[in-house]
Amino acid sequence: MTTLTPVLTDTWDAERSWTLATYLDHGGYRGLRTALAQQPADLVNLVKDSGLRGRGGAGFPTGMKWSFLPAPDGGPRYLVVNADESEPGTCKDIPLMMASPQHLIEGVAITSYAIGCHHAFIYLRGEVVHVYRRLLRAVEEAYAAGYLGKNILGSGYDLDVTVHAGAGAYICGEETALLDSLEGLRGQPRLKPPFPAVAGLYARPTVVNNVESIASVPSIVVGGSDWFKTMGTERSAGFGLFSLSGHVARPGQYEAPLGITLRELLDMAGGIREGHELKFWTPGGSSTPIFTAEHLDVPLDYESVGAAGSMLGTRALQIFDETTSVVRAVTRWTEFYKHESCGKCTPCREGTYWLTQVLQRLEAGRGTPEDIDLLLDLCDNILGRAFCALGDGATSPITSAITYFREEFEAGTHTPADVLFPPERSSLFHYTPRRSAAGALAGVHA
Amino acid sequence: MSVEHAPVSRQPGDRHRTGYDEATRARLAADAAQIVARYPQQRSALLPMLHLVQAEDGYVSPRGIAFCAQTLGLTTAEVSAVATFYTQYKRHPNGTYTVGVCTNTLCAVMGGDAIWEELSDHLGVGHDETTEDGAITLERVECNAACDYAPVMMVNWEFFDNQTPQSATAVVDDLRAGKPVRPTRGADQVVTFREMSRVLAGFLDGRADEGPGAGPATLRGVELARQQGWTAPAYPGDATGGTAAGAGAAASRPQPGAEQSSAERTPTTPADSTPGQRPDTPSSPSAGGSSSDSSSQKAKEE
Repeated sequence: MTTLTPVLTDTWDAERSWTLATYLDHGGYRGLRTALAQQPADLVNLVKDSGLRGRGGAGFPTGMKWSFLPAPDGGPRYLVVNADESEPGTCKDIPLMMASPQHLIEGVAITSYAIGCHHAFIYLRGEVVHVYRRLLRAVEEAYAAGYLGKNILGSGYDLDVTVHAGAGAYICGEETALLDSLEGLRGQPRLKPPFPAVAGLYARPTVVNNVESIASVPSIVVGGSDWFKTMGTERSAGFGLFSLSGHVARPGQYEAPLGITLRELLDMAGGIREGHELKFWTPGGSSTPIFTAEHLDVPLDYESVGAAGSMLGTRALQIFDETTSVVRAVTRWTEFYKHESCGKCTPCREGTYWLTQVLQRLEAGRGTPEDIDLLLDLCDNILGRAFCALGDGATSPITSAITYFREEFEAGTHTPADVLFPPERSSLFHYTPRRSAAGALAGVHA
Repeated sequence: MSVEHAPVSRQPGDRHRTGYDEATRARLAADAAQIVARYPQQRSALLPMLHLVQAEDGYVSPRGIAFCAQTLGLTTAEVSAVATFYTQYKRHPNGTYTVGVCTNTLCAVMGGDAIWEELSDHLGVGHDETTEDGAITLERVECNAACDYAPVMMVNWEFFDNQTPQSATAVVDDLRAGKPVRPTRGADQVVTFREMSRVLAGFLDGRADEGPGAGPATLRGVELARQQGWTAPAYPGDATGGTAAGAGAAASRPQPGAEQSSAERTPTTPADSTPGQRPDTPSSPSAGGSSSDSSSQKAKEE
């Protein structure tokens, strides 16, 4: 049986967990002290050797990303932390930064030292004001205690950290759009290559890493790569935050080795809400193809989830029971992608509008017999043809839902989704619906 | 907003009329100077400065746009182009409180749609509309990274977890009555839209230590681990791990269509693989050190 492995979450239940004092009481900044006594290149190799892979969704090896920076040319190099957590279902970085921002700051200091960066940025989504307060305060405290600023801990190493608040745009979670946004532009993705490692922030070599990836670094420095690899699987090493939400008895954050299964996690979380059964779920947010009850035993690591036809993504496990209309769920996700499409490329900008229109009539029970093929054709014209991963992601819920629940889409040619699946049965509280959801909500983001 | 002159950066001393009185303008300029000082390049200050404008005017006002343009050497069109891209920047005066109901899939299914309907009827306003008393601007918001607390409502971007139509209605009634309202996870009290916007501009308001570190759902896993006696493996002293694996970097470079992104192209110009140049800023002197003249020349020719 797999058990939980609190590393990042280990201090979250402490009194005033967000303060530097609490963090130090629990062994905080031991990693930075250890790191500053080593050569930067050794730290890059250590993280490479640990097998840590990006925790923001793509799963690219973190140490590898660091090693792609070209040799120093005397100019600045930057670390930018992607704290724009906005993928539907994903809710791990925000509680991490609220409960233990010093964990991230220590990781930023170690990583910056390892890659030769003297000015790091944390790009936080703007819609979480209290998390921004906590980060700003954490940086203040770290400066005052000598963990940031000039001559850190007497090492001669200097680092400044700027915490930057975004202003509401999902696309800024895409690393190059994030960089444009941080430069004060509209947040639209850049053509790659050049990759950020070559020409990132201000066209300088830049590492962009997710919050959880960076926050995992101090433990690797203290424990070593072999310690990290005692958790997880051979190619998906270490621990990660698994975020259970939806129709589950005890939703929340469960920190476990990669490779744990949903069945094991559901056991820990008290199972599906009483009297109901699992219908479908996302392994890593709305951009990862949905799974069903037949996937309960798929090990949640990068390879196994990929082999089963989806992606591990951000381990955002959104759980829906048998009361939920797949068509309603997918339509709403698609409306999200339409709303958040940055408009730069045609397949995504136009495609998400078309998808939304077709799905809305299916949800309202006014679809045509050709609509399912039309949806699949539209998805085929977006996937792989969009400028960035947002367009690809928009197709995932649709194509996977049609694979597993085609009959519900077919029913959309004659029966509204809220007749087949009355929404009050899915709700976590009792209420009397006052009007048809499908009719009232259509086109709200237009 | 029209731009009267040629689209070149404004020269020193060449000013828009900002519409702020001298004292206000001086105060904003002092704040803006602090913001600009956080970044290696001043244009990066634009997003926080737009939050600052909202802190002053309650929305992104024409005079605020002019102020940003003047401060950062941009045209007002360039500032407007950015302001209209991001949903948190309001194009008309906002209420004292933005009440956002998450209606993305998970919250919607768990009851967010019902909460939205209840609040919209109760307040008599729709999406991005403000009550007549100016107290509340109602919004449908996208996923706010609190799915384990669904259904979620945000008030001035503070968390109100596990809502029902009744609890949400009680919150907005208190807000309209001018009573202090306490978020589930956040400061002791929800501050006004303008006060919140000032924080988002990067100015702390002394409330960082208020409120809990985590809510119940955040702690579910760690509490279960404590109950069961589960821990991560102990650190092996201060050992720093095994030797470097070394090889494999070249073989593991991101391939087109592979994990790191979608729709990546193969390198075609030196600028694709040489630090210091972005294709869309071929000859900007501020774009950082270009490593060779030939690469910048090539980029310029594109």
